[in-house]
Amino acid sequence: MAKLNTEPNIPTPDEFYAALIAAHEGKTDTESAALNARLILLLANHIGDADVLEQALAAAQ
Amino acid sequence: MLDDRYSLAFELYPYRQSPDQSAARPVRHPVVVVGGGPVGLATALDLGRQRVPVLLLDDHEGVGTGSRAICFAKRTLEIASRLGCSGPMLDKGVVWNVGRVFQDDRQVFDFDLLPEDGHAHPAFINLQQPYFEKFLFEQISAEQARGAPIEIRGRNRVEAIEQHDDHARLDIATPDGDYQIEAGWVVACDGARSPLRGMLGLDFEGRVFEDNFLIADIEMTQSSFPTERWFWFDPWFKSGASTLLHKQPDNIWRVDFQIGWDIDRAEELKEENIRSRLDAMLGKGVEYRLVWSSIYTFQCRRMQRFCHNRVIFAGDAAHQVSPFGARGANSGIQDADNLGWKLGLVVKGLAPPQLLESYDTERIAAAEENILNSTRATDFITPKSKVSQTFRNAVLKLAETYPFARPLVNSGRLSVPCVYDGAALNGPDALPGGPARTRVGSACVDAPVGNGHLLEHLGDSFVLLGINVDLPDLPETAPIPLRRVVFRTSDDLSGALAARYLGTGAQAVYLIRPDQHITARWSAYDPTAVQAALMRACARE
Repeated sequence: MAKLNTEPNIPTPDEFYAALIAAHEGKTDTESAALNARLILLLANHIGDADVLEQALAAAQ
Repeated sequence: MLDDRYSLAFELYPYRQSPDQSAARPVRHPVVVVGGGPVGLATALDLGRQRVPVLLLDDHEGVGTGSRAICFAKRTLEIASRLGCSGPMLDKGVVWNVGRVFQDDRQVFDFDLLPEDGHAHPAFINLQQPYFEKFLFEQISAEQARGAPIEIRGRNRVEAIEQHDDHARLDIATPDGDYQIEAGWVVACDGARSPLRGMLGLDFEGRVFEDNFLIADIEMTQSSFPTERWFWFDPWFKSGASTLLHKQPDNIWRVDFQIGWDIDRAEELKEENIRSRLDAMLGKGVEYRLVWSSIYTFQCRRMQRFCHNRVIFAGDAAHQVSPFGARGANSGIQDADNLGWKLGLVVKGLAPPQLLESYDTERIAAAEENILNSTRATDFITPKSKVSQTFRNAVLKLAETYPFARPLVNSGRLSVPCVYDGAALNGPDALPGGPARTRVGSACVDAPVGNGHLLEHLGDSFVLLGINVDLPDLPETAPIPLRRVVFRTSDDLSGALAARYLGTGAQAVYLIRPDQHITARWSAYDPTAVQAALMRACARE
């Protein structure tokens, strides 16, 4: 079973985080929530593996 | 009138009348440094050691009270070591490498800033700014005794400046009235509110952060806190939206509370109100003495250019950052480090004034890097929107359990020297397999050699460093002096020298600037290539 990677895997974490926050700039709370939902769905599709997605759902709880 | 803006921690250079004040016409000085803070003192010290006559003007008679900057980074200590005065700083300072981050009452994670051995200096020391300045001043006195042409004039305040093609004229106020001098070059180290910048009508644009921070230095003789940097997000004791705790010498602790934007400043600065925040944090019955307190706000901004004809800006006068990351005083010292040798060569006529352009581009790149890091840390510490706050809290929560989230936690990315990648002065990077950390543009990384360390062998002239390579017949580089330093990997049994300077190569030749930044490297010795790179590094080609 594939394992959810919880070790650091983003080479430039500060750049990523700044881009993530910037993506929400000027949005209302509702728009931000919708953006987050779209983002999760896109990333989940990229991952694809059902086991990994299940572990991520559990870890986020 | 020459009113005091602050009281003095140490009186160091009391006002004395100078012959310049009664001269028939303004006396010309090759370099005038304005401002006796850390950056001005370091600049004067560096120039004086090069035997470049330098006059430092300060509107007070010594070092102001208040610890202000406290975290001095390894690179700053290495520069101070080159200037001859890191010893007393290390003796007095509190060494720390470990930081801990908390949310509420839980530790999120901890970090070690210097997880490797083989450095003469620690990642950081904490030292009250007045001590740091006093040690620089004492080194200036020691150099003066050896003939270094440094003069400091206390209670001399620049009132006006007029720029000419080959000099600037300064109007100076003193207790005995005004006088004028001329300066071949002016180095403006007169702080974040730089009066010189104002007099020249220059810009200082950037971003204001809408938050206040209450800073308190307290003396605590009985304390169970270790010598570490502790940072709380949303602390359980509710004394601020975030809180930073740091140890300084003399049993002094720095506490920094984030207290919000809409506050009554005078009310918050009352001792009883500061004490109620401290009591909540430290617990009832813990005894302490309040030594110094202040409320500050901050901006991240810089001047468009640091060089303006005959006036060169350095330190806070040129750029300002938030305190998270200790990138204020540390970057100012790096400005002085970068400028000192260049201005020295230009004043001596050994390099064209164009060399100073590289100060502008290199230190603006550094200021951009510092502003970027400090802005990101500030955005993480004080989220500007609900969604930003949600992500911040999610990161902190996940970081308790999952390592991946820890690099995302940002309570300040602590000061490291800027790498001058792609700088105009750089020569070839021709060492296949060479380590990235010592690539061209980097500050030299320390390493053990024999019974000491590499950096202490470099000094403050250009150096050609050979590792496992003899360097016979140095190229003709007159009038620029070049020194030769040769080591073998057998000089360091730990292997650090090889790991940091050879990588997968067997040998290497490094050309190192007087500020100990690497300006070219090769896998073999070619005197012609060395000569060309040296001339390029001095803008002489």
